[in-house]
Amino acid sequence: MQELIRFLVGGVVVSGFAAISECFRPKSFAGLFGAAPSIALATLGLTVVHSGKMFAAVEARSMIFGAAAFVVYACLCSRVLMGKRLSALVVTVMLLPVWFGVSFGLMFLFRLFLSAGGGA
Amino acid sequence: MRVEGKLSHLKGVKWHEWAVRFVFGGACTVAAGLIAKHWGPVVGGLFLAFPAIFPAGASLIEQHEIEHKKRIGVDGTARGRAAASVDAAGASLACFGLVGFALVVWKGLPGHNAVCVIAGATAVWMAVSVALWVVRKSRWMHRRKKG
Repeated sequence: MQELIRFLVGGVVVSGFAAISECFRPKSFAGLFGAAPSIALATLGLTVVHSGKMFAAVEARSMIFGAAAFVVYACLCSRVLMGKRLSALVVTVMLLPVWFGVSFGLMFLFRLFLSAGGGA
Repeated sequence: MRVEGKLSHLKGVKWHEWAVRFVFGGACTVAAGLIAKHWGPVVGGLFLAFPAIFPAGASLIEQHEIEHKKRIGVDGTARGRAAASVDAAGASLACFGLVGFALVVWKGLPGHNAVCVIAGATAVWMAVSVALWVVRKSRWMHRRKKG
């Protein structure tokens, strides 16, 4: 049941931001909504209710690394698409491993920093 | 450059495009929840900023541009890819806003009302994203004038 609620809330929030994006011109401004915190908004409220504030806060801390990886990923997508050789779907899917590499890499470095006593 | 917002732009979006976004959005939210449940909040949190809907969105933008050019008898492939590139550039700016969002939630959530913190974090995301877009546009316009 909880998963169904998550699915519906996620679908509505993501579609809502997509609708806002469609309304705006120029395209570069509309593009801002492509990196809206839609999944976070759909997830965090439910996480606070079911797992508590501290659990959600730890998720938000990790989200910083995910967002930093998204910066790298979106910049790369923009650069490669500017070359106009490959389709948008191919470029955006092909570069997804970059997001995984950067986000997990940053998380790993942060854990190393914490285990070395940096968080104290 | 003026920002223009019109609800009439929504008329051009087909129902299956909404369905794709709804299903992808819902599936990614469920996946983020399951990952957090299975591997804990540290790994799960990364996926709150996963560009899940981004490939579908960029592809739809490209398709719209190609169809638009096709109607006037022109090959819009290059134009479509350029439009997707501009959209991705905009998204890259909003990612800095996403970092701001996460920072506000991380620091604010333990000691404050969750609804207020999440609403404030969304406002921070919007403010940072729009501010960066304005700075970038003004610099770009300045360079064009000089050139």
